[in-house]
Amino acid sequence: MKKIVVLAKQVPDTANITGKAMKDDGTINRAVLPAIFNPEDLNALEMALEIKDKIDAEVHVITMGPPRAIDILKHALYMGADKAALITDRKFAAADTLATSYSLSGAIEKIGDVDLVLAGRQAIDGDTAQVGPQVADKIGFNQITYVSKLQEITDDYIIVQRDGETQTEVIKSKFPVLLTVTDEANNPRYSNCLNMLKFFKSNIPSAFSDDERKIAEENGWVIPSYDLESLELDAEKCGLNGSPTKVHKIKSITLTGGNLEMYDNQHTGIHKLIDDIKKDYIEVD
Amino acid sequence: MSNFYTKNRKFYLSQQKIKPIIEDLENNFQNSGSDAIHSHEEAEQWYDMVLKNAGDICSNFIWPRSEEVDIKGATFKDGIVEWADATKENMKILGDAGYLGGTLPRQYGGLNLPVTINSAIVEMVSQADASLMNLYGLQDIAVTVFKFGTEEQKNRVLPKFCHGEVSGSMALTEPDAGSDLQAVQLKGIEKDGKWYLDGVKRFITNGSGEISLVLARSEKGSKGGRGLSMFLYERYRDDNMIVRRIEDKHGIHGSPTCELQFNMAECELVGKRKFGLIKYVMSLMNGARLGVSAQALGIAQAAYEEAVKYANEREQFGKTIVNIPAVYQMLKNMQAEIETSRLLFYKTATAVDFEDMYERKHSKGENVRQELKQAKSIADILTPLSKFVITEMANKVCYDSVQIHGGCGYMKDFPVERLSRDARITNIYEGTTQLQVVAVLSGLKSNILKNELDDFKSYEVQNLKSEKELIAAFIDEYYKVFESIKSVNNRDFFDYVGNHITEIISIIYRLVLFLPIADKNDEKADLFKFYLYESMSRLNYLIDRIETFKISYGDKIEKLKNDFIN
Repeated sequence: MKKIVVLAKQVPDTANITGKAMKDDGTINRAVLPAIFNPEDLNALEMALEIKDKIDAEVHVITMGPPRAIDILKHALYMGADKAALITDRKFAAADTLATSYSLSGAIEKIGDVDLVLAGRQAIDGDTAQVGPQVADKIGFNQITYVSKLQEITDDYIIVQRDGETQTEVIKSKFPVLLTVTDEANNPRYSNCLNMLKFFKSNIPSAFSDDERKIAEENGWVIPSYDLESLELDAEKCGLNGSPTKVHKIKSITLTGGNLEMYDNQHTGIHKLIDDIKKDYIEVD
Repeated sequence: MSNFYTKNRKFYLSQQKIKPIIEDLENNFQNSGSDAIHSHEEAEQWYDMVLKNAGDICSNFIWPRSEEVDIKGATFKDGIVEWADATKENMKILGDAGYLGGTLPRQYGGLNLPVTINSAIVEMVSQADASLMNLYGLQDIAVTVFKFGTEEQKNRVLPKFCHGEVSGSMALTEPDAGSDLQAVQLKGIEKDGKWYLDGVKRFITNGSGEISLVLARSEKGSKGGRGLSMFLYERYRDDNMIVRRIEDKHGIHGSPTCELQFNMAECELVGKRKFGLIKYVMSLMNGARLGVSAQALGIAQAAYEEAVKYANEREQFGKTIVNIPAVYQMLKNMQAEIETSRLLFYKTATAVDFEDMYERKHSKGENVRQELKQAKSIADILTPLSKFVITEMANKVCYDSVQIHGGCGYMKDFPVERLSRDARITNIYEGTTQLQVVAVLSGLKSNILKNELDDFKSYEVQNLKSEKELIAAFIDEYYKVFESIKSVNNRDFFDYVGNHITEIISIIYRLVLFLPIADKNDEKADLFKFYLYESMSRLNYLIDRIETFKISYGDKIEKLKNDFIN
């Protein structure tokens, strides 16, 4: 049986902004943004579930975030994931991609004997596309980024299509391997009603009273949560402490339209256009 | 992201009192295990998730594909019927998400939902693609097998339905047996302890499906309904049924309408011999009628939304046409008709839920004979009343929506052209409007709605006092008119004005349902009042018309047919 881990992130829904998205200090105002499952992580999860439809496999979904990130883990269970785990600790807060990939790697090692890790190409809040590759590096897996199609899967190898800017590569890999998946890859499935029934009461252990927890455990409603200690991580490498990325300054730029200038389509007009562009420091090849 | 599970649907659904149904379905919350429901709060929370998920699928997956389904349609080649690709995808998505066994018990892979909740899903599916409802709604076949089949039949067939491995059809109609099913001729032949079907069925929705429930004459040489039995035919077990052709239809192109020829095809009896028409078809038909009401309501909702959208986009005379009184008059009427129809529709679904609940209790040996009889009679009058109201309403809404679109509405570029074609079948199949009138009249003769009308009169109103008095006066008026019609003592006259009396009760009943809601919810009070003002003039017109015809023709009404008889 193949063990698959999907890395997921809860992100502010930047496509459905309901209020002032940016605070005056230039940071994101999370209060007005609904929290959603990062779209390309859904593509990664869908790919994991498609693999499970084809071969014997078990799909684990993990996310690092505050307790409310449990919502996306439940969503993953509704879609058909077998297991979910929350990685949460105040000491993980304000992590950059380096610290995040360190914590996630710890969780993947805790799960153990993993054959395949799938992650979305990038998250819509940070858009770095760095976490997947950094995790691969830390756990010592080969990596294939920008996967746009699952072509073949067997117990021994996987063949995927990788989209580059100018070419498409078809890559065959043995396990273990880590893939980052783009939104081209598939259409994530909808939640299944019976899975919703089975898991809508799911939560992290501390959310249940002692009496409830026993029943919850019997019924599979307990989503394990791991903190820094249980993952045996080095506090210096986590959260703010482990994040060398420092934001120097955030500038809010508002693009405003200036006066519209028309150029005639003869040589003189085009030369004038080029001169004006140079003058305004807009670079061209 | 848009979602068809709107505030409006949620509101009217929340008005239905289905707690006893939920308790019964969920074994009084005594079940254990990960999929057990332990309280009303849990049930409501889950139903809400199920409805929202369905609304998402309908709005964002199915609706965008509906034009393609209409253009490609189901096709027929070399004896094989094929759904449009988009139809296949739609059914797969709904099946994978678990919606194909909505009201079936979870032991078979179903959701065990109340009919009321499931009906709201059927309505949303219909809004997204009316032709898909025909395939999706054929779950009713599975429900009939569940109610009347043997354990062996249930275990064999129901999981296949729930998992979307098979689709089905109800094969009732024949070339000479349409509205009059007592004339069914297809033979059910018993030979060496096995049953075989021989003959032709026509106009069978999805007759190409793997499983058909077939009404056939099992009693050789008999005439009438009592010689008919119900049979379960499974194509994957026998291949002696062929699809001869599919119809080229005005609308619902995604749904194949088949002509079937059975050549001594092996099948199994469902339930008891000779009960085919009188018991099982009646049960199947009521479910199907509720489904068609859902279909019509969904189409009406879609046509209404298209009209509102177009009226806000289209500019003429220097303003958007939504500002023109002739346009917003049509929109306002659509809104009032759709909302009161939805109220009636959910109420009807709940009535069916109560009938089903008492049937379950009855079959477990509880002494609920009286309750069952009462619940059944209410479901039996509300089901045709809903179909009468909603399918005609949907046609009118589509007609007006085309009108608001002007010339564009006549072109295939806009969804309303398709919607108006799809709507046209709803007041014809599963019993024409005229047959719904017959069914309603039979209930009215037994005064089935008396308790509810009496309850309304004793309802303690908070705000809408004068409105209540007006409605109470119309109730009295209705009884007077009904007596007056009967006093003519002529069957033809009674039937001639039957559609009028049915419309009168359909309006009064909706007012009776609506007032207590508007009385407690300020945001609905304005719409209620608008509907009341519209209704008053309509009721007065209908009552006047009946009286005029009574005076002018009375028991001589028959002579009106003389010009047409060859």
